[in-house]
Amino acid sequence: MTATYISLDYSDLALAALLLVLNAGLSIWLRLSLERQFLIAAARMCVQLGLVSLVLKALFELVSPWLTALAVLVMILFAGREVMGRQERRFRGLWAYGLGTSSVLFAGTLVTLFALSTQIQPDPWYHPRYAIPLLGMILGNTMTGISVGLNTLTSQIKRERPAIETMLALGETRRTAFRPLVRASVRTGLIPIVNAMSAAGVVSLPGMMTGQILSGVDPLEAIKYQILIMFLIAGGTGIGVVTAVHTGARRLSDTRHRLRLDRLADS
Amino acid sequence: MLHIRNLSRPGLDPLDFDLADGEALAVLGPSGSGKTLLLRAIADLDPNDGEVSLDGANRGAMPAPAWRRQVTYLPAEPGWWGDRVADHFPEPEVARALFPPLSLPVTMMERPLAELSTGERHRIALARVLVQSPKVLLLDEPTSGLDQGSTRGVEAMLRERMSAGMSLIFSTHDEDLAKRLGNRRMRVHKGQVEMVES
Repeated sequence: MTATYISLDYSDLALAALLLVLNAGLSIWLRLSLERQFLIAAARMCVQLGLVSLVLKALFELVSPWLTALAVLVMILFAGREVMGRQERRFRGLWAYGLGTSSVLFAGTLVTLFALSTQIQPDPWYHPRYAIPLLGMILGNTMTGISVGLNTLTSQIKRERPAIETMLALGETRRTAFRPLVRASVRTGLIPIVNAMSAAGVVSLPGMMTGQILSGVDPLEAIKYQILIMFLIAGGTGIGVVTAVHTGARRLSDTRHRLRLDRLADS
Repeated sequence: MLHIRNLSRPGLDPLDFDLADGEALAVLGPSGSGKTLLLRAIADLDPNDGEVSLDGANRGAMPAPAWRRQVTYLPAEPGWWGDRVADHFPEPEVARALFPPLSLPVTMMERPLAELSTGERHRIALARVLVQSPKVLLLDEPTSGLDQGSTRGVEAMLRERMSAGMSLIFSTHDEDLAKRLGNRRMRVHKGQVEMVES
């Protein structure tokens, strides 16, 4: 690769930070009272990314399977917490956290391992320079899909209750009775990734490809990576949403084919 | 014969009774006394304890859907999943025969549910259950929202099924209906059940 990579100085960042000062100024002028939040958010971002860069640098130098696994675990636990946080009506008990987290864990690791073992094949296969960014991108999208799908399931079930209960009373199985709601929930979880794929390159230039292009990679090479990532994300979201919604629907019923709304916490 | 021993659930004290084929049991009691809880427990729609069997076949030994096809509960406010009446019948042509006795025009099968009155929907829900020919029918407030004419139609239809061997348990506030249709009556008060000697 002969393309040049333009390194940034801290002074360049300081210059860009002037835009933030401009934002704060606008906020004061228009009385948006957002200036404090702007500055805090910007400071948080700098500190968080700074720490992440240190962690990544250390991980990349050590290339330890255990430390990489630990980083992966922490990422998944945070993603699970995020799924739980976005639910209007949660499951009772351990299920509140467990359902989203285990679905994210299952879908995210499965798809990442697939990519690492077949398409990318770094040496060693768990090399954190590949494993962590890949997992990060897959997790972020899978997590969003699962949150939306589960939220549809648990928030719509109250409205659908008479229909589901009537079907059950007439002797339908829980599978049949839950089918319309399960379908609607999986659909809402999957729509964002369909939209993201249709808009890619026309409405939006996806971040990863843009990043590679800025660092000097040939656009033809960059889009190959981007397409790979999109496919991985779509697969992860699909597996994750279907797992989470189906498991959730099973939890909201029992083996005697009853509707068990008592397993949802009051909103 | 429906055989019930020690049936209990939260909100309902243990109770025993038997119901012969073709018999009707009226469940009387104020709102919130536990009438609906009792009917739902028999249909196994909520967690409950006790021994329940039909013609010697134990409820727990069969899958719940199989039980509910024989012992079917119709809620006071039935649910709907399609837009048109016909969407709720696996075989609309067969079900159509049940419409005239319930004073429903057969053309109603093609109409959207949203256009129908509460009373009409109530009778359609009854037809939806009867088309499956349950052995025991559990009705929650079967005639609420019905005018006199349609109440008579519903009663006649139920009597016809009972003479063919269907048993009926129905909850009601209507003492007259309980006397007319019920061979036996029970009163529920704060989850306690008492048989009425007739």
